[in-house]
Amino acid sequence: MQRTTDKGPLPIITYTPDSSLVSPGKMLRDMFRDLLASRELAWRLAVRDISAQYRQAFLGILWAFILPLANTLTWIFLCETGIISVKETALPYPVYVFSGSMLWAILMDAVNAPLQQTNAAKAMLAKLNFPRESLVISGVYQTVFNAGIKIFLLLAVLTFLGIAPGWHLLLFPLGLLSLVLVGTAIGLLLTPVGVLYSDIGKGLPLLMQFLMYLTPVVFPMPKSGIAATIYAINPLTPIILTSRNWLTGMPSESLPGYILVNILALFLLVAVWILFRLAMPILIERMSS
Amino acid sequence: MSTETLIKVEGVSKKFCRDLKKSLWYGMKDLGSEILGHRHEEKSKLRAEEFWAVKDVSFQLNRGECLGLIGRNGAGKTTLLRMLNGLIRPDSGQIKMHGRVSALIALGAGFHPLLTGRENIFVNASILGFNHREVIKRFDEIVTFAGLEDFIDSPVQNYSSGMHARLGFSIAVHCDPDIILIDEALAVGDMEFVIKCINCVGQLRQQGAAVVLVSHNELLVRDVAQRCLLMQHGESILFSSLDDAFLTYRTHLTVENVVRRVENGLVRNGPIRVTSVDVESTDSETIHHGSDITVKIICTSDAGCKTDEFELRFWNSSGQLISTICANNSGYGFDIQAGASRFMIKISALALAPGRYRLAGGFKRQGQFQFWSTELKQLEVAPTPWHNSGSGILILEAIVEGPIPVEGKNV
Repeated sequence: MQRTTDKGPLPIITYTPDSSLVSPGKMLRDMFRDLLASRELAWRLAVRDISAQYRQAFLGILWAFILPLANTLTWIFLCETGIISVKETALPYPVYVFSGSMLWAILMDAVNAPLQQTNAAKAMLAKLNFPRESLVISGVYQTVFNAGIKIFLLLAVLTFLGIAPGWHLLLFPLGLLSLVLVGTAIGLLLTPVGVLYSDIGKGLPLLMQFLMYLTPVVFPMPKSGIAATIYAINPLTPIILTSRNWLTGMPSESLPGYILVNILALFLLVAVWILFRLAMPILIERMSS
Repeated sequence: MSTETLIKVEGVSKKFCRDLKKSLWYGMKDLGSEILGHRHEEKSKLRAEEFWAVKDVSFQLNRGECLGLIGRNGAGKTTLLRMLNGLIRPDSGQIKMHGRVSALIALGAGFHPLLTGRENIFVNASILGFNHREVIKRFDEIVTFAGLEDFIDSPVQNYSSGMHARLGFSIAVHCDPDIILIDEALAVGDMEFVIKCINCVGQLRQQGAAVVLVSHNELLVRDVAQRCLLMQHGESILFSSLDDAFLTYRTHLTVENVVRRVENGLVRNGPIRVTSVDVESTDSETIHHGSDITVKIICTSDAGCKTDEFELRFWNSSGQLISTICANNSGYGFDIQAGASRFMIKISALALAPGRYRLAGGFKRQGQFQFWSTELKQLEVAPTPWHNSGSGILILEAIVEGPIPVEGKNV
């Protein structure tokens, strides 16, 4: 038990009842210190969860895209049989639905991740002190990993169907980034309340399902009426549209909206990050020890 | 070694809520006031259904010191430890921690059951703030200390709870902590491992770590700690030497709890029944370490019976059997007449360390108990009045032979 590391001056931590917003400078320093400290842990947690997840599942990585695939098949079936009629899309409808479902699934993953990660780590949170940011970052890593599988499949199908993405594909990583950014910001916003009340976790899939129909995922943008207004003001619309256009080589139609939503999401993310940090000790107090 | 203060706790309090629904609602409210950046004035009042889990506790701990945190269940020991670890924030007061903290509150929390021990070591070490390079350097040491060389590549879900705890402990102590917080963590391991842990904690302490230990095991606390903080209903009622703290602890335990316990323990009845047991010191007012005592037993029998011996067992407050005494009347046994009878067992120079003991025992005939009680009597043994170490040193006369030179060796 020989001490190997020669440590510099001892880190001093003070715990007081005051909200950390009282001294914002110190809070910001702490935030970035913890963010830095959580890099390796986040990576380890992500590797741990991903390898454990696929180790126990017979279908393995198929689970990464079974849901959007089923969604696609449902809508192609509904459309082909004429049960519902969908307006003409610039892309062939199966491509439109498939790409939309896949992108939406990535967004869903990102929205679910923070709450899911925090809830799964309850036992750890109640007993160990580690940078809590690592849970969120680990969730982002896992979302990106699963997104990678989805996109690989998506590209294979697109090539098979004869859709050439062109040079726009190089922009697609940006699209992926904004899906994760927007999703994480929303998910993190819901986390503090979601940890206290399980209603959030139960209601979230319902809400997301509803939101999907207000976003051009399986339907094209309506041209007129109340629906057109809702689609137009829905901040998720430009994200999905722009990502899809980059992926499929279509001209980008809503670039200004896309940039605006990303900037807003960035601000939201920083705000909910602070909220998350403030909330954690209060939440842990109410988790069983 | 510098006498640098590593832990400084000043007037720390924490409140909890009994009611779940209210607790969640208060959580939402606290969240709101947290966002508004309120200061703590309004936090020092209790709301409905709330109580102080920890109230106004202060202490300091320097490098190389070990503090035993004792008190009954629900006294607030674990809550205090969780605040020291920064898991929850105090509602008033202030805690200052200097240096790297390693908490042995739940050993192996964060282990993933499906991953192997090897993978889990890396995950767990980085949870404790140890980076990859440092773990690789220490890896073999960690595995050897835990004694898991053969199992390191099997999934942790196949480990026994003892193995789980061993691995967790091993990782935690190999992370060069300045402050170690231990919460009953050693209770699951076997004797060998507990001793290993005590040695290890002692060694870290000598190297300058400060240790806070929560335990109900008096012997363990006496082994590692120098001072004790006795807690009751969230308040620290004593911060003092081990002897004073344990004496007070036992006194409180007696007044509140033990007296109201089952009158006579678990009793097995046969042809004979013990109705009262009294223990007296023959040489002084109190029974202390090393005094001569008399155990007076009154028993009744309906028809009278013959018994071979009376067996008396001493259990300490941690539930360990310390000593068994057999009185067999020089091999003749006892002829108990019908009705009540009384007899006495004399024990000279009671070789029991100061503490509270439970006397169990009963009559035996041909190896079988005719009567048996798990609690004949509670016995409080005081420290020897003329010997103030109090830790249980009985001075016996010993005959010393020598010194005799040993041939061939330079001793």
